[in-house]
This record gives sequence, structure tokens and C-alpha cells, in this order.
Amino acid sequence: MSDRCDNHCPPMNDDHDVVKMAHGGGGRAMAELLDGIFRPAFENPWLAKQHDGAVVDMPGAMAFTTDSYVVRPLFFPGSDIGIMAVHGTVNDLAMCGARPQYLSAGFILEEGLPLATLRRVVDSMAGAAADAGVRIVTGDLKVVERGKADGVYINTAGVGQVVAPQPVEPCRIQAGDRIVLSGDIGRHGVAVMTAREKLDLESAIESDCASVAPAVLGLLAEGIDVHCLRDLTRGGLASALVEVSESAGLAAEIREADIPVREDVSAFCELLGLDPLHVANEGRFIAIVAEDDAAHAMEVLGQYPVTEAAVEIGRFVQGAAGVVTASSIIGATRVIDRLSGEQLPRIC
Amino acid sequence: MKYRDEYRTPDAAREYADAIARIVTRPWTLMEVCGGQTHAIVRFGVDQLLPDAISLIHGPGCPVCVTPIAYIDKALEMTALPGVILCTFGDMLRVPGTQSDLSVARAQGGQVQVVYSPLEALTVARQNPEHEVVFFAVGFETTAPANAMAVYQAHREGLGNFSVLVSQVLVPPAIRALLERPGNRIQGFLAAGHVCTITGYEEYEPIAREHGVPIVVTGFEPLDILEGVYRCVRQLERGESRVENQYSRAVRRPGNAMAQQVMQTVFQVVPRQWRGMGGIPRSGLGLSPAYQSYDAETRFGAVSGGAERQGECLSGAVLRGDIRPNQCPAFGTRCTPERPMGVTMVSEEGACAAYYRYRRPAGGSARE
Repeated sequence: MSDRCDNHCPPMNDDHDVVKMAHGGGGRAMAELLDGIFRPAFENPWLAKQHDGAVVDMPGAMAFTTDSYVVRPLFFPGSDIGIMAVHGTVNDLAMCGARPQYLSAGFILEEGLPLATLRRVVDSMAGAAADAGVRIVTGDLKVVERGKADGVYINTAGVGQVVAPQPVEPCRIQAGDRIVLSGDIGRHGVAVMTAREKLDLESAIESDCASVAPAVLGLLAEGIDVHCLRDLTRGGLASALVEVSESAGLAAEIREADIPVREDVSAFCELLGLDPLHVANEGRFIAIVAEDDAAHAMEVLGQYPVTEAAVEIGRFVQGAAGVVTASSIIGATRVIDRLSGEQLPRIC
Repeated sequence: MKYRDEYRTPDAAREYADAIARIVTRPWTLMEVCGGQTHAIVRFGVDQLLPDAISLIHGPGCPVCVTPIAYIDKALEMTALPGVILCTFGDMLRVPGTQSDLSVARAQGGQVQVVYSPLEALTVARQNPEHEVVFFAVGFETTAPANAMAVYQAHREGLGNFSVLVSQVLVPPAIRALLERPGNRIQGFLAAGHVCTITGYEEYEPIAREHGVPIVVTGFEPLDILEGVYRCVRQLERGESRVENQYSRAVRRPGNAMAQQVMQTVFQVVPRQWRGMGGIPRSGLGLSPAYQSYDAETRFGAVSGGAERQGECLSGAVLRGDIRPNQCPAFGTRCTPERPMGVTMVSEEGACAAYYRYRRPAGGSARE
């Protein structure tokens, strides 16, 4: 390490400054980084106390989740790692039938990361947290040597009060329950892939990254007995369906023709030989409700911009656990499987 | 989406299926040559719509699948050399070599870069003048023009650190080899539409004539395949054996002259080993003498024969169309995409992977 500056860094200048090992050293440089970038962005009474942790009130049952974010590139059409780090964890809480409230944020920064980039990521997180109505109340920061990380890695954990009157979990799914998909699929995965591989498309496909908590809370507020929720992240709709049906001990049947896929996403997938059902999403989920509640659920979801295109795509049936079949668009049937390994574009 | 949705409508699919059922009077066995067609057949359930008298058997047209293991081993060997960057299409990564595969080599620190086009490999070579950049040029006639173009371009630019490991194969000699096998069951072919966009289909005409088999150049959408089957069955029922072009929205009889020209400039026809089918004379492409210096085998040593992996895996029989994937005892149990025994389970276009993905035994519909 050639340029360790110990505790004698000059004042921060985003245009030229980069993250240095000293920023993770616990000394003055770190304090400057926290005061210069993190505290102003996340400003709240808990952080202001500068305590080792945050003390929050939490009556009743609490949902608790964590996720780590390592996306490359850090910024891509429609979203970035900061927005993902907030919405991803917020959505996981929502999937538990909880109102997301407090997040922690742990950062692993690579030496040499421009401070301007870090500031952009942190500001994105602050904006996303404000949108989702959550506070980032505690955090951690480490710096690793250049080459040991990919700019910035973020871990967020979150807690929220459970507001669903009944548990929201796969074991409550009954044969006959309907599967409601919250919107079109595949945009996030395609957005990241085009940015990572620098594939030039005529028009950018933007990530669907968004908080789905308001829509989920809307379902619960309307008194809909939501049996299970699952957000569609890596592995896409296919993996989510297989996992939920395995846990529920039931089979599922979906209608492929009813699954919304935007035309540009669909064309991209055709070109590279990808199945949109396997492509990642960051602002999509499935809600499993009793047959009689399906129409009401779609009506409620229709009132929120993020879920306005919600559609019923199929149902759970008695059958072997984890077996998801789709009626293909020409009227035959096929099995839907989890993604195996990484998604690899084909040769021709 | 135009040129797609109109080839996937359920009513038209049903009409084609009914039309096939009306003309068929006895059993016929057809082979679809291309892995993309196999994938579409299994994904959309095209075969479920066909009368029982028609059996579709899946051909060797998966470029990853037919690449001999010796080439994978050679590529792996190169990733271990200091200063070498191996550029490859993504679906070669998990193809097993004798000891390992390229995804493992990458995880162990080998420089393996996934590219979306051979021209991207040229960019890698330009950006890394101190490295030797090797592009793994595999595929049928569909990939050959772009791969040839990369070599042509490298030569024009004098890009001395670029070379290609070539395992290019050709479809017509493979069709002949299948027809000439003792006990051949194939009575008609759906030829690969995308290959014919490049080559045209004049070369298929003598095969149809000499072997008395109808060959229908066919597209990849469900309705294309149903129409291809319909045309093939119609010829068989009438006792005809001609080449027909179902995929006329993309294919012309002479093919793409410019693509052929660059192929002929850079490549020459050579004998090739095919996984599952052995050596076939004049069935592949190698660099022509003028471009020999861009051959990775010239720079890093020739690929040495290497026996195919033996054992329980029946991928050779699958590639020849002798069995369907789910007729292999290991299918879906001891052999899965996570723990593949053979290449047809690894590749996206492999028949075993298509069956596993869309027709696992648990799904019930694929057991025969």
C-alpha cells in the first residue's frame, strides 16, 4: 500500500478523492467520510446519537431479514446498487407481511473507489429509503485493498412490524389458491446484463427495481387473506414458483400466455436464448390468495403504479411438491424448472 | 413481436396438427437437425400435438454437444498458460473436458472471458497487446461467417496476438453420415433454417435425391416446425424426396453470398471428429493456408485425438438420434444439469437439457 495517509487526510474533495485504506481505519479519515457522506444523506435521530447500535420500539411480532448486494456495474438503466440495497431488503420484509421500518447498512469499499461514486450510491440509498418510508439507523464501513472487491459491496438488514393478521408463508397455501403476478417480468436482469456486457440496444431497458411494500400493505389493509408472498429476484419467476410449491407440498399450474413480458425484454431473451421466466427481477412478486380473493387482490394491486399490471397466472393443485407445469402458448404443456447454474448466452 | 407471435398461435398450431393427422396413413420417423428446433419442440410441446404415427427424433445440431472433448481439453490447457486470455461463447463454459471445465478453470484464476461475438474477442486482443487472445471458434455454418470475419479483420489490422481454436462443423456431411449408418431409421429431415440462411440449400438437393429422403428447410417457431413436419409427411405420403423451403422468410436457395465469400476466404473444408459420431470426411472447416498463422493449434500445439469419455453416459446415442434423452437410465437421476454426465445435459441446446428442463420424469409426460 503506497498511499496510506493515516490520520492526516486533507479535506474531502469528491472530484479527485478516492477511498483510501485509512477511511476504514476507525480514525479521523473515517470520521470525515461518515460526516461528509453518510450522516447527511441518512440523517435521523438514531444516527445522530453516534451509538454502537440503534434502539427502536417494536410492538408485537417483528420480521427480520438481511441481504447482500454485489451487482456489477454499480449503475445500470433504471437503478443502481444503492437503490437495490434498500428496496431488496424492504421487499423481503414486505414478503413477510410486515411494514418495513428500520434498516442497517454495512459497506465494504474497495480502495480507489472515487468518493463521487460513493456519494452517488449513498444518495441513491437515502432517496430509496425515503421513498420506502424506512430509516437507515445503524451501519458499518470497511475498506479492502484495491483489487479485493468490486467498488462497493453493501449489506442491508431490516426489521419491520408484522401487520398481516395471519402468517404469510408457503405452508398456508391450499390447493385451488390462485397465483397473482404483480407485473411484467425480466426487466431488471436484462437491464443489468446489457449494462454489464455493454450490449447496445436501440432503447435502454430499465430495471424494475422498486419497493413493493405499499402495494403489499394495501392488500393487507383491504383485509385480503394473503396466504403467501414471494419476491422474484435471482432465478426469476420460475425459481420462485418451484421453491414455493416445494415448501407448500403442492403442484402448480400456470398459463404461459398470461405472463406479461415486455416486447423489448422478450426480444432480448430470444436473441440470447434466455427464458424470461429465469431472468431476475427486483420489483416483482407473486401473491398467493384463495380463489375467491383473486379478483379483489388484482383490483387492489391495480391502484399502485408498481403493481398496476398485476395479473392472475395460475393456481396451486394437488400433486407432487415442486412440480410446476405451464400450458405453453400453443396449448401443450411443459415443466417449469429452476434455473440451473448461471445464465449463459447460447452460441447460435 | 413481429415474426414471432404470429408463429405461436394456438389455433393455427391446432390446424396444422389436424392437417398432418388428415394426410398421415402410416408411421414416419423424422429428424429435426438443429438443437434450437429440439428446444422449441420440447419447450412448446410441439410433439404433443402430432399424431402418434409421427416420431420426431432429435439430431446432432447442438454445436457445443458435437465439439470433441479433445478441443475442450486444449482450451483448458491454454487457460493454464501465462499471458493467454481465452474468449468463448458462454455455453462452452460448463462443457466437461477430461478433468475439468472452463468455468472451473476461470474460478481457479484462468483468464476465461465470455464474449457475445467473435468481434468482441478482437477488441479484447486490441486492448491487451501484451496477451495472447484465443477465440474458441465452435459452431455450424451459422457461426462460421462471423468467426471468419474476426480472423479476416485481425489479418487486416495485423493483430498478431489474436488466434482461433477452430472446431467448426458442417451440417450436410453429418446428414449423409446419419443416412449411411447401418439400420438408419430416419425417413425425412427438418433441416436447420438458420444454417441455410447462410449456405442456401442447393447442397441438400443431391442428398435428398440420392438417399430418397425429403428434406424441408424449417424455422424455429412452433408453427414453422409444424409446417415443416406437414410438408415432410406430405412428401413421404406421396413418395417424393425433394428439398422444400418452409423458412422462406429468411432462406433463399443460394444463401448469403457475402457470408459464404468470407467463409471461403478464411476457411477450407477439412475432415472433423464429431462427438458421438466419430470422424466424418469433409465435415468441418479449418483455417485456409493463407490464414494458418491465426490458428491457435499452430501457436500452442495441435489438438491430440483423445478418446471420448466412456461410461454410463449415452450422449453419443442421443446425438445420433438412436435414443431419446429420457430413455437413458441415468436421465434425471444420476445425470442432471447440476451434475451432468455428458455434454447433451450441459448445453442449453442439448436434447437432454431440454428434456430435463421441460419434461422431467416428475412431470410425467416424457416417460415412454
